[in-house]
Amino acid sequence: MDATPAPAYVLTGETGDWEVVIGLEVHAQVISTAKLFSGASTTFGAAPNSQVSLVDAAMPGMLPVINRACVEQAVRTGLGLRAHINNRSVFARKNYFYADLPQGYQISQYELPVVGEGKVILDMPDGSSRTVGIERLHLEQDAGKSLHDQHPTKSFIDLNRSGVALMEIVSKPDMRSPEEAGAYLRKLRSILRYLGTCDGNMEEGSMRADVNVSVRPVGDTGLRTRCEVKNVNSVRFVMQAIEVEAQRHIEIWESGGTVDQETRLFDPAKGETRSMRSKEEAHDYRYFPDPDLLPLEFDDAFVENIRATLPELPDDKKARFIADYGLTPYDASVLVVDRREADFFEAVAKGRDGKTAANWVISTLFGTLNKKGVGIEDSPVSAENLGKLIDLIADDTISGRIAKDVYEIMVETGGAPDAIVEERGLKQVTDTGAIEAAIDAVMAANPDKVAEVKGGKEKLLGWFTGQVMKATQGKANPGMVNDLLKKKILG
Amino acid sequence: MTKLTDLTIAEARRGLAAKDFTAVDLAEAHIAAMEAHAGLNAYVTPTPDTAREMAAASDARIAKGEAGAMEGIPLAIKDLFCTDGTRTTAGSNILGNFVPPYESTVSANLWGAGAVLLGKANLDEFAMGSSNTTSAFGGAVNPWTRAAEPDRQLVPGGSSGGSAAAVAARLALGATGTDTGGSIRQPASFCGISGLKPTYGRCSRWGIVAFASSLDQAGPMARTVGDVAIMLGAMAGHDPKDSTSAPVAVPDFTAALEQGVKGLTVGIPKEYRPDEGLSPEIEAIWTRGMEMLKDAGAETVDISLPHTKYALATYYIIAPAEASSNLARYDGVRYGLRVLDEGDGLNDMYCKTRAAGFGAEVKRRILIGTYALSAGYYDAYYLKAQKVRSLIAKDFKDAFDTSVDVILTPTTPSAAFPMDDEPTDPVTMYLNDVFTVPTSLAGLPGLSVPVALTEQGLPQGLQLIGRPFDEETVLRAGRALEKAAAFTATPRLLEG
Repeated sequence: MDATPAPAYVLTGETGDWEVVIGLEVHAQVISTAKLFSGASTTFGAAPNSQVSLVDAAMPGMLPVINRACVEQAVRTGLGLRAHINNRSVFARKNYFYADLPQGYQISQYELPVVGEGKVILDMPDGSSRTVGIERLHLEQDAGKSLHDQHPTKSFIDLNRSGVALMEIVSKPDMRSPEEAGAYLRKLRSILRYLGTCDGNMEEGSMRADVNVSVRPVGDTGLRTRCEVKNVNSVRFVMQAIEVEAQRHIEIWESGGTVDQETRLFDPAKGETRSMRSKEEAHDYRYFPDPDLLPLEFDDAFVENIRATLPELPDDKKARFIADYGLTPYDASVLVVDRREADFFEAVAKGRDGKTAANWVISTLFGTLNKKGVGIEDSPVSAENLGKLIDLIADDTISGRIAKDVYEIMVETGGAPDAIVEERGLKQVTDTGAIEAAIDAVMAANPDKVAEVKGGKEKLLGWFTGQVMKATQGKANPGMVNDLLKKKILG
Repeated sequence: MTKLTDLTIAEARRGLAAKDFTAVDLAEAHIAAMEAHAGLNAYVTPTPDTAREMAAASDARIAKGEAGAMEGIPLAIKDLFCTDGTRTTAGSNILGNFVPPYESTVSANLWGAGAVLLGKANLDEFAMGSSNTTSAFGGAVNPWTRAAEPDRQLVPGGSSGGSAAAVAARLALGATGTDTGGSIRQPASFCGISGLKPTYGRCSRWGIVAFASSLDQAGPMARTVGDVAIMLGAMAGHDPKDSTSAPVAVPDFTAALEQGVKGLTVGIPKEYRPDEGLSPEIEAIWTRGMEMLKDAGAETVDISLPHTKYALATYYIIAPAEASSNLARYDGVRYGLRVLDEGDGLNDMYCKTRAAGFGAEVKRRILIGTYALSAGYYDAYYLKAQKVRSLIAKDFKDAFDTSVDVILTPTTPSAAFPMDDEPTDPVTMYLNDVFTVPTSLAGLPGLSVPVALTEQGLPQGLQLIGRPFDEETVLRAGRALEKAAAFTATPRLLEG
């Protein structure tokens, strides 16, 4: 974390100001064709219990065998988080009983995780940056799913998810506001997607967050008791959960009580957290090294081979966009969130003015995508065409105003801007004679206003420009219109 | 001609190759013997029909000249090995009706080599026991009896007691066992046969119901050391489905058998004479074993394995700890026993299923193991036990690195005991494994060879311990011991 930052987010209570301390544990489902310890498929949405191997169902005598691809993904993620990679790590059993946990234990990593300390840089809306430390990343199996709504008295179990590889990414308690937590989740998701190690889809549950929250009076440096809010499944809910949980803590402390360490659930409908298990009820997981698996060991070459295939990551891309395209840090951070969007931007910006390209992509295109509810891959306007549109403005073929119209037609038809301009006769009028004729007509119709301008009310010139543009259906070059108007009226 | 059931595996292979008899003849002879001695309860599930089918297929392969290393050899398979389509109980009610849809690697290897399944052999529940009496199907009976008490039934040892009883009583030419702390070697000694616990990682654990994963190891049980060597060759091999299976080549274990022990140094660990005293009778047999090896050309040296006295305590932390976790999967949810009454919730089902499904010894070990892994106790028990385990392994390594090729010890502190006189105190029962557990903790190969009869007329074995993956030297020394001992006694049951 940056050195002694002033708290950006302060909650004012009865007795004074409070700061909130947040740490996140994110469970990210690894993109892999097979599960962590079995060959069963990991495709989402298959018929219940259709993707279950003997190992996943914990049949007697079945043994786990590590899936190398999942280890590569974890290392890849660790490198993306600028983290220390542990060449030797150990799988451990986390023991507890549940109907959708067939082995009666989850194979996880406990004392020796595959990835150690790293960091994530947050891009705040004001363009500033904050650093959040990563404590560790470890590999573990997901559990199956209990379905309680299929039968009036029975619960059903779907083991398709049982054994799917998860990365648990644990942050340090470095966040101080719901906004930072949100920015952390978005940035983490962005990095995972760049790396291709997790699809980051919180709605499908392939990324889930447990939120650790505590509060302390502003100025205090010690940590007070934290609560863990489990399984929050959207960035918005994480931010809400932090707000209400922090408020709850402040109320308890201020009324002379103490916060109990416990696990809580967030109820988005009621906007509150509820106790799930107290510390006394907490499971004793009886972790111990899994005797069915050897320690996970690999050499530096294994790591370096993965490093060699890493893509340019958001932070590096952002820096390059600022340097190469002259973008503001904020615009650059917006453009690099999604790798495909960043690629799109670059295709538009290549050989053109970067800032103009950024404006078009961020202000105009992203608005269109938002409105249509589609991703960049389904953009109705291709990067090539958006680039051409910018070119048409730059070489004065069309005006900025006409460009907006052409853009809308491009959105509707998917057509190329030069063809649209051609077909619809939208070329800017740069013929002095034609513009002068239009000016003359407007002046003739409004002699009183001409007199006013001549009398010193030069502001009215703008009104004349508008009238001329209207008369030419916007095709007249506005600069030329202005110049000619001044010449004709003011002499 | 010798009765077909009295043949060794080596003899049976020769007879089959020479067409003296068929695999079906061999199977039928054993099926008849199994029926005649059903009272021994050596088999939980006899599979005569399967045996006949497999034997007929074997005969067809022999006719085509495609005989494998175990072609036509009828075997008992410990009911801890999952067998595709054949009930596999682990000696427990909780798996009382469990029929696996898959075959363990070791049994599949044996079938691949041509062996024939006679049935699933009785065992202590989940391989937890040294007497076979914890089996949910009643204990197997030792075919041997004390000379003075011919009608008093003795335990065959455990946990591979059904396997040992079946081989000793001529109800199979050989059997698979599994050994976690002595479960092959102790019953082999009690029943007067040979049994080898290979190096940990030599045989795949895939498809064997797990007891303690870091210790469990499958091995052969047969009436001669040579037969043990033949079987081991067919059972062993690297299995990518078992991460702890060692990627080492499988040698021809029979090749070196007759090379003798000339030039070998045999270690005699002083710690195997515990302070409480080793029974003079067992000590005498041990001494005879040393003499036999010396007479055959080996040199014996006294060695020290200083951490031996901690082995049993260490074992009874580690094995139950792993078992408590391994047995969590028997929860009534997916297979096996489910006890669930109207209106019961998930926890009720867990409690009732596991209360009804597990026997007392299994419950005791689950409780011990759960305790040993609990927060606040883990460091004092499990972690400490792991450290001691390393020291025990180092004792052996030091001995093998500096002075010896093989180590000779008694297999058990006593011969088989009566079923009606088995220790009621579990710790006394655990002492049965005092000489076998250190080898298990160190992951080393250990072979029990019958050497002599005790004063009561019961067989007593000696144990040979070797370097990791050096079963060849162990078997070679075992063969020398076997030759010198000329142990030809048979259970009284077989007389007349």
